[in-house]
Amino acid sequence: MTVIDETPAAARAVETGKVSSHLHPEPSYDLALHPVPTGREEIWRFTPLKRLRGLLDDAPSDAHLEWTTQLPAGVTLTPIGADEARELGEFLPSDRLAALAVAHGGDVLLLDVPADAELTEPVRLDLRGTGLDAVVWGHLVIRVGRHARATVLVEHAGAARYSHATSVLVGDGAQLDLVTVNDWDDESVHAGQVGIRVGRDARVRASEFTIGGDLVRTTTNVEYAGPGGEAELLGLYFADAGQHIEHRLFADHTAPRTKSNVVYKGALQGEGAHTVWIGNVLIRKVAEGIETYEENRNLVLTDGCQADSVPNLEIETGEIEGAGHASATGRFDDEQLFYLRSRGISEPEARRLVVHGFFDDLIRRVGVPELEERLLAVVESELERHVLAEKPTA
Amino acid sequence: MSTLEIKDLHVSVSTEDGAKEILKGVTLTIKDGETHAIMGPNGSGKSTLAYSIAGHPKYDVTDGTVTLDGEDVLAMSVDERARAGLFLAMQYPVEVPGVSVANFLRTAKTAIDGEAPKLRTWVKDVNAAMGENGLDASFSQRSVNEGFSGGEKKRHEIAQLNLLQPKVAVLDETDSGLDIDALKVVSEGVNRFSAGGDKGVLLITHYTRILRYIKPDFVHVFVNGRIAEQGGPELADQLEAEGYDKYVNAAV
Ligand SMILES: Nc1ncnc2c1ncn2[C@@H]1O[C@H](COP(=O)(O)OP(=O)(O)O)[C@@H](O)[C@H]1O
Ligand SMILES: [Mg+2]
Repeated sequence: MTVIDETPAAARAVETGKVSSHLHPEPSYDLALHPVPTGREEIWRFTPLKRLRGLLDDAPSDAHLEWTTQLPAGVTLTPIGADEARELGEFLPSDRLAALAVAHGGDVLLLDVPADAELTEPVRLDLRGTGLDAVVWGHLVIRVGRHARATVLVEHAGAARYSHATSVLVGDGAQLDLVTVNDWDDESVHAGQVGIRVGRDARVRASEFTIGGDLVRTTTNVEYAGPGGEAELLGLYFADAGQHIEHRLFADHTAPRTKSNVVYKGALQGEGAHTVWIGNVLIRKVAEGIETYEENRNLVLTDGCQADSVPNLEIETGEIEGAGHASATGRFDDEQLFYLRSRGISEPEARRLVVHGFFDDLIRRVGVPELEERLLAVVESELERHVLAEKPTA
Repeated sequence: MSTLEIKDLHVSVSTEDGAKEILKGVTLTIKDGETHAIMGPNGSGKSTLAYSIAGHPKYDVTDGTVTLDGEDVLAMSVDERARAGLFLAMQYPVEVPGVSVANFLRTAKTAIDGEAPKLRTWVKDVNAAMGENGLDASFSQRSVNEGFSGGEKKRHEIAQLNLLQPKVAVLDETDSGLDIDALKVVSEGVNRFSAGGDKGVLLITHYTRILRYIKPDFVHVFVNGRIAEQGGPELADQLEAEGYDKYVNAAV
């Protein structure tokens, strides 16, 4: 007789004790448990729901993004059934966006980096939207086998209304650099849930860069399959007039002696530029001896912008190594500008130096050289829109 | 040939209780080749004078004029003043995270000269100026003033003075907080700057100690927003012996 275990591996891997918190509702595949939001819910209150343009509608679509991939030897990308994704232990949808992406995503794409692989080249997934007519639902699993080392670069560009649920399963002792660039066309809408499960003693650095798109809302959930795992979550974003950029992070310390380190930095410029950063950290009872630090800094370059920044730390054990957070939103530091200008540097040039300086340490931490160059160029071109264009004042 | 001329300068800052006048009519002329020391007790307005010359937005000039070779300094923006040839070594140099010293210096030099410095000589010049002020080459890669000790910040100011070669340098308590070795280093830096005989120096200090290493041509005693007394180097010796008390008491 075969006993079918209905509990997905993901739910088993996590300690089962429920945590009473409004911050992270119970994940589920069941759409009925993810009703259409009113906008007042804690997880929706910052998001302009109308601008999600169909991503909350329960409607199938078989539209796709255009995929261009570069897979180093040994790495495979294959479609698997949704059931198989569950068996692999993917993350359950934590909101309606992800639940719909899973419900309508059809086949799941599995990117597989075999155990012990030492990739010298990055895996590249270039995903390009080809139009706004149809919603695109995406469902992915990235699996990095035990003790493997890999860099995975995911680039989103073009015109799309795209929602995806992605699970990143990092085996014991593996090291993964996951870099996501969201550089959509102006009209695009993008929602994504990225669940990262960090294996025992594994190390993950997930870097996320959001530059283009009308609305981008990503939710990154990290949990740990065993002790000793480390997750570094880095983010850089640049919101222009009218753009809504929302990054939601949740580090769920489900195992002892694990680490999470979150650093997100953003700049805002232009009327109606809106950024949201939610940094939730939960330290469960079992998670003794963990370390966590989260930081969000926003640089407001012009009037008419709004940066929301909400760090949250819930601690259920007293036995932790360290836990801290910092959040700051500010304008240009007048003293810094004065100092630079007192050396003959013009005001726009001084502003440029300060903004580059603001992002510099973060860009250096990305650890993918060609991307560093590109990000510096992105910062530069964003600056040209406002900071350098502004008339200097005396 | 350059002359910095300050005439009847009145400066206020805005406070919760309205504008507060800090400089109450300062008149001072610095010709090239001259070193003027301004000495005064804390709170007498020395930094206010320095910042007002440099154009810090916090300070409101309500009356008077400042000219450099006849040009109206007060009409210039902060960076225009620097490009015109003014330099302020700050009492509290500002940290600029993420901006490397090398990048900062090159950008400043380019702005002041109107063209990028020659690559071949520039790196050498930077290393020399830093080295002479006791800062090793590794400082070039660090963020401007970030994590520098108090003394390193001051020496970095003088290294900039040596590299940027302004016409007139205003040094605001560059000596404060320095140990004797660092004091000698920065004094030598200032002396190298003025050695050609065509530079003006306004040396603001609270103590007479630095005047052992930098010889002023004129000494001004600054009390309560005004120059209370002027003289030659001998005035510094008198201050050393007697302190500021008699001027402070007279001013109240
Ligand atoms: N923003 C301000 N509000 C009120 N008083 C100020 C402000 N800035 C400076 N002052 C006052 O101006 C006076 C002169 O300050 P400062 O020029 O720094 O003096 P010094 O450099 O000689 O020590 C001091 O009494 C100081 O308290
Ligand atoms: Mg002072």
